[in-house]
Amino acid sequence: MIAAHLPVLQVVLPLMAAPACVLLRRPRLAWGFATLVSWACFGIAALLLGQVLENGDISYALGGWAAPWGIEYRVDTVNAFVLLIVSAISSVVLPGARASIEREVEGDRVDLLYTCWLLCLAGLLGIAITGDAFNVFVFLEISSISSYALIALSGERRALVASFRYLVMGTIGATFIVIAIGLIYMVTGTLNMADMGARLPAVWESRTVAAAFAFLTVGVGLKMALFPLHLWLPSAYASAPSPVTAFLAGTSTKVSVYLLLRFVFTIFGAGYAFGIQALEYVLMPLALLGILSASVVAIFQLDVKRLLAWSSIAQIGYMVLGISLASLTSLTASILHLFNHALIKTGLFMAMACVFYRIGSTRLEDMEGLGHRMPWTMAAFVAGGLSLIGVPSSVGFVSKWYLVLAVLERGWWPLAVFILFTSLLAVVYVWRVVEAAYLRPAPAGTGRSEAPLSILLPTWSLIIANFYFGLDTSLTVGVASRAAASLLGAGP
Amino acid sequence: MRHHTVLHVVAKILLPLILLFALYVQFHGDFGPGGGFQAGVIFAVGLILYGLIYGVDNLQTAIPPGALRVFMASGVLLYAGVGVLGIFMGGQYLDYGVLAHDPLHGQHWGIFFVELGVGITVASVMTSLFYAFTS
Repeated sequence: MIAAHLPVLQVVLPLMAAPACVLLRRPRLAWGFATLVSWACFGIAALLLGQVLENGDISYALGGWAAPWGIEYRVDTVNAFVLLIVSAISSVVLPGARASIEREVEGDRVDLLYTCWLLCLAGLLGIAITGDAFNVFVFLEISSISSYALIALSGERRALVASFRYLVMGTIGATFIVIAIGLIYMVTGTLNMADMGARLPAVWESRTVAAAFAFLTVGVGLKMALFPLHLWLPSAYASAPSPVTAFLAGTSTKVSVYLLLRFVFTIFGAGYAFGIQALEYVLMPLALLGILSASVVAIFQLDVKRLLAWSSIAQIGYMVLGISLASLTSLTASILHLFNHALIKTGLFMAMACVFYRIGSTRLEDMEGLGHRMPWTMAAFVAGGLSLIGVPSSVGFVSKWYLVLAVLERGWWPLAVFILFTSLLAVVYVWRVVEAAYLRPAPAGTGRSEAPLSILLPTWSLIIANFYFGLDTSLTVGVASRAAASLLGAGP
Repeated sequence: MRHHTVLHVVAKILLPLILLFALYVQFHGDFGPGGGFQAGVIFAVGLILYGLIYGVDNLQTAIPPGALRVFMASGVLLYAGVGVLGIFMGGQYLDYGVLAHDPLHGQHWGIFFVELGVGITVASVMTSLFYAFTS
């Protein structure tokens, strides 16, 4: 009985667990409960992916109202993969979150943090799973509002400013998206994504659709921190509680990238986006500028969390570059990088959670000599950094390999050189951390003090996953290429 | 506001009417204009009026913030729980048609409890917003 209801349980489980978490009140209890729920979500996501790979797309009609009229949850290879990424990241980070959250968040707010976490998880999973465009907006608001709260729950005062800035930018983004959905509804009279996709080709020439497309691109661009709409991201990531940063860095922008994929390929169709509107001429320069400028800015950061946040903006650029090429290989690279970058960045931010737990700061000057004081943590950071750069046998290499292949397919070798050059920029900013941690002496009077095992274990499991999926790419590349094929097949 | 006799008397007369009207909007919402959200707001307006005229402390003894927290959460749980009940009774999530023998009655019962959940949550969220601004 339950197997048929998995699509809705994927969202309803964390959605109902959130208010239940409010009722639990005791911080440890709330944490245990949230972790359990998150792992259950991960289980559901894995089962859904298995079902989709075996039997094809799953459709679930909410309330028994048939698809174009009622709300439909539709699981295909693309969003099953995104569901897996989001729930996996949350499940790996949560076990390690308890110790650092207790340090970084005021005691009476800890249970509320887990409530917001579950709501955010429900929202992100909801965006991914729903087949109804308006439902996307509702879940977008659920996940955004809870992530503003998650960021603001940090004890630091600057977190409030960061959260408010994110709130303003995020609300503008969400408003643009809902305007776009409204305009599409105006011309097609439907909110179901598949139905929209079937009806839009008849009205491709209409200006309303063009306006909708513009609003949507800007709105989603804001949400996924596409250059030059990225300004909210560094401060939000740098000032949020460390595990929250790890969670959001691995999930929230990824889901927005998914949203762009879904709207461009399933709803508007590649023929409209690239044929009539020439989306590649917008996305590609922005992606290239974003990669270059964010990598350069990352080099000059003094705070490692901020450095990693700027690097995230650059990585978003790689994904958007893949989307703008709109070929099978390039989309495979983008979808692959969703997964791979989530592993890399969450691992690195978890390492920063370890650092923050011990020394109460992630500034480079405070991290001097840390390689000797926290050998395991910094080893994890170096390994994650290698994966970020794209050293062979790491996941970072796999996604860059496919991206370079996609570029070379077009014969644009200067772009391939550009990708290799920006990887060198990543070497520079990772090296700055390594230099501070290993080549500078530790301050006098500090002994070896490793982070607690509860944070270290999730960190290392992410780092090991980085190299496991770097060597055995059958699952990730297989799913990503099937997902890319289904996206290209769905468009006219 | 301690010495405003007129306000005290008028508030005392209006309060039960406001709360009663909220309950009317809540439970008549499936046949007339209204529903959980509006009812919750009206109910909270009654409570906030009481807080404004008789003091927040009095309101907090009547409705402690801790209780509000429970109400806030249980309203959402009631809403989602009705949906899940649909699954257990053999339908889809949020399928109220299976809640009673007759699908029409089922839909009626379903929306009744869902709106009740909305009403409880909205009223308690409004009141706790008021608490947040006064503390």
